Amino acid sequence: MNTPLPRALIAEDEPLLAAGLRQELALAWPALQIAATVGDGLSAVQQSLALLPDVLFFDIRMPGLNGLEAAAELADAWPTGRPFPALVFVTAYDQYAVQAFETQAVDYLLKPVQAARLQKTVQKLQLALMNKAQPAINFESTLEQLRHLLTAPGIAPPQAASLPASSTAPLTFIQASSGSQIHMVAVADVLYFEAADKYVRVLTAAREFLIRTPLKELAPQLDSQVFWQVHRSILVRAASITTVGRDEAGKLHLELAGRPEKLTVSRLYAHLFKAM
Amino acid sequence: MTIDWIDKLQRLLQTLAFCLAISAIQYAFQPEKGYDIPVRYSLCIGMLTWASIDFGRHLFPSSKGSGWPTGLAGFVLPLGGIVLGYLGGTLLADGWTGGSSWAEGGRTQLRISIGITVLAGTAASYYFYTDGKSAWLQAKMNEVRSQATEAQLKLLETQLEPHMLFNTLANLRVLIGTDPVRAQHMLDRMIDYLRATLSASRSTQHPLVQEFDRLRDYLELMAIRMGPRLAYTLDLPDTLRDVPVPPLLLQPLVENAIRHGLEPQVEGGHITVSARTQNSTIPGATTPLLVIEVNDTGVGLINAPATLPSIGQGFGLSQVRERLATLYGSEGTLNLIAGSAGGSSARVTFPLKSSIDP
Repeated sequence: MNTPLPRALIAEDEPLLAAGLRQELALAWPALQIAATVGDGLSAVQQSLALLPDVLFFDIRMPGLNGLEAAAELADAWPTGRPFPALVFVTAYDQYAVQAFETQAVDYLLKPVQAARLQKTVQKLQLALMNKAQPAINFESTLEQLRHLLTAPGIAPPQAASLPASSTAPLTFIQASSGSQIHMVAVADVLYFEAADKYVRVLTAAREFLIRTPLKELAPQLDSQVFWQVHRSILVRAASITTVGRDEAGKLHLELAGRPEKLTVSRLYAHLFKAM
Repeated sequence: MTIDWIDKLQRLLQTLAFCLAISAIQYAFQPEKGYDIPVRYSLCIGMLTWASIDFGRHLFPSSKGSGWPTGLAGFVLPLGGIVLGYLGGTLLADGWTGGSSWAEGGRTQLRISIGITVLAGTAASYYFYTDGKSAWLQAKMNEVRSQATEAQLKLLETQLEPHMLFNTLANLRVLIGTDPVRAQHMLDRMIDYLRATLSASRSTQHPLVQEFDRLRDYLELMAIRMGPRLAYTLDLPDTLRDVPVPPLLLQPLVENAIRHGLEPQVEGGHITVSARTQNSTIPGATTPLLVIEVNDTGVGLINAPATLPSIGQGFGLSQVRERLATLYGSEGTLNLIAGSAGGSSARVTFPLKSSIDP
């Protein structure tokens, strides 16, 4: 029998730690090939999609996208039919993260990574790679875990975590500047918000505005029953959704009353749309 | 109103002992009268006086400190208690012994009884008063002490942020295996950093050159961790080396520049810390100002406008502001400025003094 050797990708922004993990892995799991080592979240997604590794070691605090966001992004773009890689998060000291990992039964390593602990993780990973009989079920449970982790307290990036609690009061107006003017856009008129690079697009039936407040900070100020997160970069007014369609690749698309364009639903949030 | 019954029992026993002692003294002076009679009088008067004062004080608004009524009531209460105790106690004891003190006893006897009651009542009241007060002071002192310890711990915790500590240790662990010389170098920086952090809470000032040395320790540690993503320059003019500054004042600013500026940026960036003097803008002021700037080429405030309030109010910055305000009043300022070419700049300004008044 000639099975291909398992391949892994390491995402870690501190070069020494990445090198250290490589060395430890070489001892604990000699058969494991390190397909790539990257230093930020975006490269982690791109390289994972290009190399399709079997195991991912993702640091939590990384520039660009953090480890969790990168994993969610990857899950969304992962080619259908291929088993999703086994995920291991690596973190230095995040009390909340560790708690969340424990409750979601997600594998994680604490830095400094110690040989004995790594050995356990390796055994678990080897077992998981052998039992890839039902990839669809595995993928669903991974999505479920990521969904919980993304909303778990304390794992969000430090900027958002340190926001004062008072900002959670529901927003009624969006103040969007254009030139020397400030438009008062009633939240009741907004159909959806979409993050675009450094801005967030605010779309009503008639117009479009740009604001600088990141979606991550906007979301807690909106009623989550009214605006649904359907994608990392999209918050949509649930009442404005008319139909949900599925394309050949299995992706969900939303059609809205009042807007011509279709919105894509990421796999992470596809569970929101199921026929009753 | 809550009455501490254990405390009351304790005082009752103390009063009892006091009464017995007084009657013993009386017996020693007038053994011909026997021990029986003085004990009865002493107990009756003493206990009634104590009870009317100690329970009576709950009827008045009392000071938190001693539990004793404030103002005039503080004097009237023991006086009233003593009078009531004397009259009522004497009547009680008369009933007990079957005699009448006022009808039978001579004037001398009356004077002695009143004298003993007043003296003993005052002494006991004073004793209970100071006892209560010192217990309160003791509790207050413990409270203040634990508050100070808590503040110190909080400061330490931010400076020894666990995430930073464990990441540094993780790097050290790798270096020990691959490059022992660099590992030792890193460990030395860390030892200096830890020592400085632990002693900063104890001293009130150190020369600016030492402040820059501590920043170098920290930046050196971070540079090993972040690799090519962190470059830094420390610019301290020779003339300003010995200027006294509060220890580790600049530390949170450099930490912020890394955490909010460089860390979120994939390509990293450069941090520059510089010091210079500037004439005071306040008319008539003669002392020049010391200006210290922490500049970074990170993601900057422009790209994160909504996080500005949280950056401005983070524990690190509010702590710097508080320290400046306590030491220099309105002359000590901290400003966050968006850099013209991206990045951000934190500027601390305070009067240049030959020493800091605590």
